[in-house]
Amino acid sequence: MAIYSLKEAKQPPKSQTKAILWLKDNLFSSTLNVLLTFVAIYILYLLLPPILNWTIFDANFDLTADNQSCGREGACWSFVNANLKMFIYGFYPQEELWRVNTMFGLIAALIVLGSIIKNSQYKAHYIIGSFLIYPVVAFFLLYGGLGLEVVETDKWGGLTLTVVVAAVGIVASFPLGILFALGRQSEMRVVKFISVVYIEFIRGVPLITILFMASVVLPLFFSAGMDIDKLLRALIGITLFQTAYIAEVIRGGLQAIPRGQYEAADAAGLSFLQKTMLVILPQALKISIPNIVGSFISLFKDTTLLLIIGLFDMLAIVGAATSNSNWLGRDTEGYVFVAMVIWVILYSMSRYSKRLEVRFSTEHK
Amino acid sequence: MSELTNKEIGEKGCCDIIEIKGLNKWYGDFHALKEVNLNVKEGEIIVICGPSGSGKSTLIRCVNYLEKFQEGSILVDGTELTDDVKKIRQVRSEVAMVFQHFNLFPHLSIIDNLTLAPIWVHNETKQNAKEKALNLLDRVGIKDQAEKYPNQLSGGQQQRVAIARALCTAPKIMLFDEPTSALDPEMISEVLDVMIELAKEGITMLCVTHEMGFAKKVADRVIFMDEGQVIEQNTPEKFFENPESERLQLFLDQILTQ
Repeated sequence: MAIYSLKEAKQPPKSQTKAILWLKDNLFSSTLNVLLTFVAIYILYLLLPPILNWTIFDANFDLTADNQSCGREGACWSFVNANLKMFIYGFYPQEELWRVNTMFGLIAALIVLGSIIKNSQYKAHYIIGSFLIYPVVAFFLLYGGLGLEVVETDKWGGLTLTVVVAAVGIVASFPLGILFALGRQSEMRVVKFISVVYIEFIRGVPLITILFMASVVLPLFFSAGMDIDKLLRALIGITLFQTAYIAEVIRGGLQAIPRGQYEAADAAGLSFLQKTMLVILPQALKISIPNIVGSFISLFKDTTLLLIIGLFDMLAIVGAATSNSNWLGRDTEGYVFVAMVIWVILYSMSRYSKRLEVRFSTEHK
Repeated sequence: MSELTNKEIGEKGCCDIIEIKGLNKWYGDFHALKEVNLNVKEGEIIVICGPSGSGKSTLIRCVNYLEKFQEGSILVDGTELTDDVKKIRQVRSEVAMVFQHFNLFPHLSIIDNLTLAPIWVHNETKQNAKEKALNLLDRVGIKDQAEKYPNQLSGGQQQRVAIARALCTAPKIMLFDEPTSALDPEMISEVLDVMIELAKEGITMLCVTHEMGFAKKVADRVIFMDEGQVIEQNTPEKFFENPESERLQLFLDQILTQ
């Protein structure tokens, strides 16, 4: 028998030079890893120089240059500069552009203001209020009415159209998706049946099909005088599509909630609505954040399919801009630029989702 | 089954607050509760024990209708439990439950866990609910943790929060479903102490537990269940010293020699 004295906690041993250790651990830890490292370096060696040459070293950054004086060795960035308005606003009338700018400015102001409000109760009111009022204001700014000149939706395009379609799809499909997810879990057979049929039908059909249905097939059912705006039809199609996916993502979150949570809420005497809104959904949505944002990111990318039914989103604008005889053959510059803009937007969304996850995590602290 | 007179169980209250008659429950084809009859007087402390799968948890979960039953009737404080949602909520507002795995709401702070039902079910003001909640947290000895989240507390602390949460709505009846079974051994006594305090205050309690020390100390009646039936019930003294049925003797031998 022996009695041991308690030992003091010690510092961990200091590692040698950190950079070398990192290289050894991550790039050269085994024969296969060494091989892969060299293959990767070789691929970079093949790819990077031409890309850098084209985009930067051989490129012409003279923003006033025209197609001829630009040269053909590298990128001609004056193309982007000359067509920037088209990329952002599509064919929106020049003298009304302030309306689009106001719309974008308002959303930025709302976000900044929202991050200043710290009191959680006011913040909830503020967010709900913004979601109810802003879309109406944005609609009147973009479309017109109430004294503003009407700008028909076939003039809308570029980044504006992309953002409008993605935002409407996201904002409308989120609450609908929650309803269908709850519907699919419902004990009421009819509700459950309708939800399952809807979700499985939509998920079994490509978005393109739905967009075609909305733009080509749907009008066949309307009487001659009735004409629903093409953009509106596309928006409905996209919302229907996205709703089914969001519903499935949220259902995954709902299924991860242990039965004990339902029982504790029931035992406390909460009604079904209270149980759902106060106990189950907050937890289910929190778990689903990464997948919800992932689904929104795909939706944002899918807006490029609008091109098929003749709406000019940002990607389609590249085609329109290069069909102008002044800028023939500058498609690459256009697509690279659009890719970069979309990447910046989507990467920000993805980072924001990470931040939300951290902010809402109350487990395992 | 031994019938008890009022004298034997110590003259608690005048009226039955829970009346269970001819209760039968099936899970699919499995007959989980067989013709269970049980009356509980106001203020009575009842401990239910028995081997696992004997239906003891199922029985107390029927009392607040977390489990549906197919035959028989349950009257709780004069309200009969049926499919009627209003009646179920009426009963649940008077009956509180403490679970084996605590089932605190992990997305809410401790104080919000406690005030949820008072605010939304009993229409209390936030201020009022919060005051009461802090008092209760003080009683179970964790007032200083009010702003933390459940997962930041130890198991014993979480279960004490769960008991405080159950008490927040001033229930007439408390159901305990194996409240100490999921706890580390050194945390069991802190939860039992709270339960003993509670028992002394005259609240009606139905406890499913294997803590025989607790049963001896505070129970008015101990019930032994096996295979979905009440096999024997008695005052704690007689229950432990003179078990009548062979099964109970066997069961007591097993758990008391551990």
